[in-house]
Amino acid sequence: MSDTHAQTVSFVRDTMLPAATPPVREAGAIKWLRENLFSGPVNTILTLLGFAIVWFLIATFWDWFAHSVWNAGSLAECRQIIAATWGESARGACWAVIRDRWNQYVFGFYPMDLYWRPTMTFGLLMVALAPVLFSASRTIRRTVLAITAVLTLWAMVVLGAPAGWLAFAAAVLIGGFLISERHVLWLLPFSIVYPLLGVWFLWGGSLWGPIFVLVGPLLGWIAWTLVSRIAPMLGVVAAILVTVLFWLLYAGDAAADAERLLSLSIQTVRSDRFGGFLLSVTIGVAGIALSLPLGIILALARQSDMFLVKTLSVIFIEFIRGVPLITLLFVASLLLNYFLPPGTSFDIILRVIIMVTIFAAAYMAEVIRGGLAALPKGQYEAADALGLDYWKAQRLIILPQALKISIPGIVSTFIGMFKDTTLVTFVGLYDPLKSMSDAVRASTDWKGIYWEPYIFVGAIFFLICFGMSRYSMYLERRLQRDHR
Amino acid sequence: MTDVPAPASPPFRPSMLIYDRRYRSLTFQVIVFILVMAAAWWLVDNTIRNLALMGKNFNFGFLFQRAGYDIPQTPIPYTSDDTHLRATVVGLLNTLIVSILGCISATILGVIVGVARLSKNWLFARLMTVFVEIFRNMPLLLWILIVYAIFTEILPTPAAYRGENPEWSMIFFDHVALTNRYTALPTLAMTNDPGSLDLGARVTFNWATIAFATVLIGGLLARRAIKAWAQRVQDRTGDRPTTWWINLAIMTIPSLLLIWHFGLHLERPALTGFNFTGGLNVSNALVALWLALTLYTAAFIAEIVRAGILAVSRGQTEAAFALGLRPNRTMNLVILPQALRVIVPPLISQYLNLMKNSSLAIAVGYMDLRGTLGGTTLNQTGRELEAIVLMMLIYLILSLIISAGMNVFNASVKLKER
Amino acid sequence: MTKTVFLGTVAAVALTTGAALAQEGSTLQQVQQRDELNCGVNTGLVGFAAPDASGNWTGFDIALCRAVAAAVLGDPNKVRFVPTTGQTRFTALSSGEVDVLARNSTWTFSRDTDLALDFVGVNYYDGQGFMVNRELGVTSAKELDGATVCIQTGTTTELNLADYFRANNLSYTPVNIDSNAEGEQQYMAGACDAYTTDVSGLAATRAAFADPENHIILPEIISKEPLGPAVRHGDNNWGDIVRWTLNALVAAEEYGVTSRNLEELVRSSTNPEVQRLLGTTDDLGAMLGLDAEWARRAILAGGNYGEIFAANIGEQTPIGLARGLNAQWTQGGLLYAPPFR
Repeated sequence: MSDTHAQTVSFVRDTMLPAATPPVREAGAIKWLRENLFSGPVNTILTLLGFAIVWFLIATFWDWFAHSVWNAGSLAECRQIIAATWGESARGACWAVIRDRWNQYVFGFYPMDLYWRPTMTFGLLMVALAPVLFSASRTIRRTVLAITAVLTLWAMVVLGAPAGWLAFAAAVLIGGFLISERHVLWLLPFSIVYPLLGVWFLWGGSLWGPIFVLVGPLLGWIAWTLVSRIAPMLGVVAAILVTVLFWLLYAGDAAADAERLLSLSIQTVRSDRFGGFLLSVTIGVAGIALSLPLGIILALARQSDMFLVKTLSVIFIEFIRGVPLITLLFVASLLLNYFLPPGTSFDIILRVIIMVTIFAAAYMAEVIRGGLAALPKGQYEAADALGLDYWKAQRLIILPQALKISIPGIVSTFIGMFKDTTLVTFVGLYDPLKSMSDAVRASTDWKGIYWEPYIFVGAIFFLICFGMSRYSMYLERRLQRDHR
Repeated sequence: MTDVPAPASPPFRPSMLIYDRRYRSLTFQVIVFILVMAAAWWLVDNTIRNLALMGKNFNFGFLFQRAGYDIPQTPIPYTSDDTHLRATVVGLLNTLIVSILGCISATILGVIVGVARLSKNWLFARLMTVFVEIFRNMPLLLWILIVYAIFTEILPTPAAYRGENPEWSMIFFDHVALTNRYTALPTLAMTNDPGSLDLGARVTFNWATIAFATVLIGGLLARRAIKAWAQRVQDRTGDRPTTWWINLAIMTIPSLLLIWHFGLHLERPALTGFNFTGGLNVSNALVALWLALTLYTAAFIAEIVRAGILAVSRGQTEAAFALGLRPNRTMNLVILPQALRVIVPPLISQYLNLMKNSSLAIAVGYMDLRGTLGGTTLNQTGRELEAIVLMMLIYLILSLIISAGMNVFNASVKLKER
Repeated sequence: MTKTVFLGTVAAVALTTGAALAQEGSTLQQVQQRDELNCGVNTGLVGFAAPDASGNWTGFDIALCRAVAAAVLGDPNKVRFVPTTGQTRFTALSSGEVDVLARNSTWTFSRDTDLALDFVGVNYYDGQGFMVNRELGVTSAKELDGATVCIQTGTTTELNLADYFRANNLSYTPVNIDSNAEGEQQYMAGACDAYTTDVSGLAATRAAFADPENHIILPEIISKEPLGPAVRHGDNNWGDIVRWTLNALVAAEEYGVTSRNLEELVRSSTNPEVQRLLGTTDDLGAMLGLDAEWARRAILAGGNYGEIFAANIGEQTPIGLARGLNAQWTQGGLLYAPPFR
C-alpha cells in the first residue's frame, strides 16, 4: 500500500515553507490595541471616553503649565512676564512663589542659620531606619544610604553647617553605611538612641536632658537584674518603678546640675518656629514611631483573656475611632489644661503628637488585631506546646507573623496619619497646606495666588505617601514566605 | 486504712498572687483597675480644681441661651433668636446631610471605579488607577480646598445671568443656574397645598410629603406581594406570569394621581436683586465638601471593591461561565454576593471615616456640628469643656449607630454555613 | 517656684523641649523668672500681627507686646509670640499659655465677666463695616437686602451682622469663611456681594487690591469694636502693668515724647507730667513692681502710640488707615490716657 502511495506522488517539496507573517490584525501593536482597547463595543466606548478625559485634561491645563514662570518677585511681576511672553490673554502658572517661599514651606520659621540641623536629623533618620525598614534587600539599603549620605552632606555644606557637625554627620552617615554592609542589625543601638538624638537636634538645648532620660531605663535595668534574683516578677515592677521615679524626681534637676558643670548645649529652637513640611514630618515620624508599639499593646490587650483589660482596651479603641481627629486636636489645644494640674502647660507640638499618636494607635490596634486573628490557631497551640510563656510566644511566634500580615494595613494607617498632619492648622500651627499658604497669601507680593501652593504641597504629599505605599507593597512581596 | 485522703489544696500564700497562674491574671487586673481609677480620679480632680480656679462651672445651661448668629443652611427653621441647642441640632442635621449624600455617591463612584480598574480595557484601567492613587495619597483637606477654589474661581457670579444677553445662561431648560455662590435649583411647588403637619418645635412636614411617602411604601409592599404571588404561580404551574407592567403601574399611577391632585410643578429660580430667589440655593460649600468627600472616599472604596472581587476565586467565574451565565449575570449572581462579604466590613469603616471627615467642613465655611457647636457656639459662650465633650459624644453616638446598623447588614450577607 | 513635671514616657520629649512647666506665683514673677513674655497674637493679619518670610513678627499688636516686654524685662525682643485662632485665643489666656492677649479682640461685657478676662484698655477703636464692589451701585448698607455677605466665623462680627440685618428687617445669606485670606478670595471672585469685618481690616484688605478704587467701604458702622489687650482675671498687678504700659504709649504721644527725643527729654524736660512718666521724678514704676525707667523702655521699644500707628497701619503704610477715632482727645479722637500721678 505504501508503495502504491509513493508512486502516485509526483512532487515532494524538500524545503520548509518560511513561516507566514500573522495577519496584520493579529500581531504587534495592532493586536495589542485590538485586545486591550477595542475588543468590543463597550470597550471601544470606554477607550474613546478615556481619550476624551485625557484630552480634556491636557487641553484645559496644558497652556497653564506650559506658561510657567519660575523667576519673579511677586504675582504682579509674574503676570507681567506671562503677558509679555505669551500675549495679553495668556494664563500661566507662577511657580516663582514656591521658589520665593521655598524655605518657609520646608522649614517654617526655623532660624535660617540652623537649617542644617533638621536636614541632618532627616539624613540620620534614614540610618536609624536602615535596620528596621531596609533590612530586606541589600541593594535598596545601599542605594538609600548612599543617596542619603551624599544628599545630606551636600545640603549641610550648602546650608553652612559648622565643620564639627559636618564631620559628625559624615562619620555617622558613612559609618552607618559601612556597618550596614557588614551586619545591618548592628545599627539597632543607633536606632534606639535616635529618637532622643533627633529631638535634641531639632529643638536644641542641653544634651544632658536626653542623656538623663536614657539613664532612667538603665537604672531600671540595674534594678531588674538585682531584684529579679530574689523574685523575677518583682524585678519587672522594680524596674518600672525605678525608671519612672527617676524621671519624675531626679532627671530634671540632674540634667540642670550637669549642665551647670559641663555645658553641652546647642541653640534652642522653640516649637513656634516649626512650620511647613518640617512640622508635618516631625509630627508624622514621631506619631508613626510611637503609635506602632502602642497599637501592638492595645491589640494584645483586646485579644487578652482578662476581662477588665479587654473591656478597657475595647472602650478606648472604640472611643478614639468614633470621634474625628479634629475634636481630639481641640482637646489637645483647648481642654488639656483642664485635665492637668493647675498651672501646667505643655508644648503644643507635643500635645498634638500625643493626640495624633493615640488616634493612629487605635486604628493600628484594629489592623494588628486583624493580623492576629488571621493567624491559624495551630500557631498559638504550637507555641503553647513548646512550653513558651505568653510574652515569649508573642515575641517569637505570633507577632512576627501577625505584623507581617498586617503590613499593608499598618502602612495605610501611617499614610493616613501623615496626611492628617495637615489638620493641625485648626489649632493654630503652621502646616504647609493651609496655614502656610494663607501666610504666604497674606503678604502683599503674593496676594491672590491659589493653585500653585496647593499643587506644590499636594505633589510633595503625593510623593511621600505614594512612595510609602509602593515600598510597603515591595516589602510585602519580599517578606512573603508561604508558597502560594 | 485504704482511705486515700483527697489531696489537700495547698494553703494560700500571698506569693501565689504573682506566681500562680490562676491568681496572676486576677492580680494584674486589680492593679490595672486601681491604676485606671487613680488616673480617672486625677483627671476629674484636676478638672474640678481648674474650673474652680477659672471661676467656671460645668453646666449645659448655655445651650438654652440665645445663639445670636445666623447659619447659611438650615434644614429646620432657625433664626439668630433661637437657642444654641437649636443651632447645634441644625449643625448636626447639616453633618448628616453631607455624610449621607457623601456615602451614597462615594459608594456608587467607588464601585464603578473599582470594577473599572479590573476592566480589560488597558487605557481605562490605567486611568482609574491614576484616579485612585492621586486621591488616596493627598490630604483630604487639600481636595476640599481645591474643589471649593475651583467653584469660586471658575463659575460666574449671579450677576452674569443678568440682562438681555447674559454671559451665562441657565442649564436644564432654564431651570438650574450654576454660580460661584450656590447652585440655584428649582423647587417643587403645589397649586393645591394640603397644609403641613406640625411636629412641634417649629418642625413641620407637608402632608403632601407624607402622602407621597405613604404611596411609595405602599407601592413597595404591593410589589413584594405581587412577587410572592408570581413565585407561587410559578411553583404551581411552572410559568411565571409577566408582572413588570403591573409593577410599573403600581409604582407610577398613584404618584401621578397625587401629582395631579396637588398640582405639583417646578418653580424655577429667578434672579432678583443680588441673588437667585424662588428656588433652592444649594451652597457651594455643601457641594464642594460633598464632591471632595465623594472623590476622596471613592478612591478608598474602589480599592476595597477591587480587593473584594479579586478575593472571589477564579474558579467561581469559570464555573458560572460553564453554566452558561453571561458575564454581567455572572457578576450579579455569583461574584458580587460573595465579594460583598469581603467588601462590607471595610466599607463600614469608610462610611465612618467619611462621617468623621465631614468635620473638616469649617475649611469651606459649611456650618456642620463642628462649625456650630464646636465653632461659633463655643466661641461666643466660652464653654469649651462642655461644647467639646458634647460634640465628641454626638460624633461617638453617630459612629456607634452607623457601625451597629452596618453590622446588622453584615450579618445578613454573611455566609450561611451549615 | 518652678518644678518640672514629667508624665510617663512623654518625659523623653518633654524634657528636652522644656515643655512641661508648672507655673506658680504671680504673672509678673512668672514672666520675670522665665525672662520672656508670652504674647497671644493673630495667626496672620497684616498690619496688626503677621510673621514675615523669616518668622519675624511685625504689626500694631506686636508693638504693644514688645513694649510690655521692654517695660517688664528690659528687652523688647524677649517676647514669644503664640499664634492663636479665633477659637483658641481665650483658652490660651485662661490656661496660662500666654500672659497677655493682644489679638485685636473686642472688649465686650460677657468676655470681660463670663470668660473671666480683664480687658485693660483699648489700643484701637474700630467698628464693623461693609465693603462692596463699586459696580453694584450700592451706597448704603440698608440697600443690601438679599445680599450674600462674607463673614469670618468665630468673631463678634457674626453676631453684629445678624443683629443689624434683623433690626433693619433685611434678609441676607452669610458665607462663612475661615481666614481673612480666604475671605479676600471669595470677595474678589464675587462669591459674596459684601465683605464685612472691622473697618480697619476692610481698609487693610482693600489697600492690597490691585484696583482699590473699585471697592467702597459703606458709610454705616454697625457696631462698636473697641479692640484691646486682655489679661487673666484676678491678677490685678499684672493687669495694671499692661494697662499702664498702653497708657504710657498714649500719654507719650500726647506730651510729644517720641523714641527719638526721649533721651533728650529725660535730661531737659521741665513738664512734671513728662518727668513722672519718664521716671526722672516720683518713682511710679515701684508702684507697679517695676523700676523707674519702665516707661522709657516701653516707649523706646517701638515709639509712642502715634509712632507705632504710623509705622504699622498709618497712612504711609500699605494699610493706609487714618487716625480717625484713634487720634488723641486733643485732636478730636478718643485716646485719653489717665494722668500719670
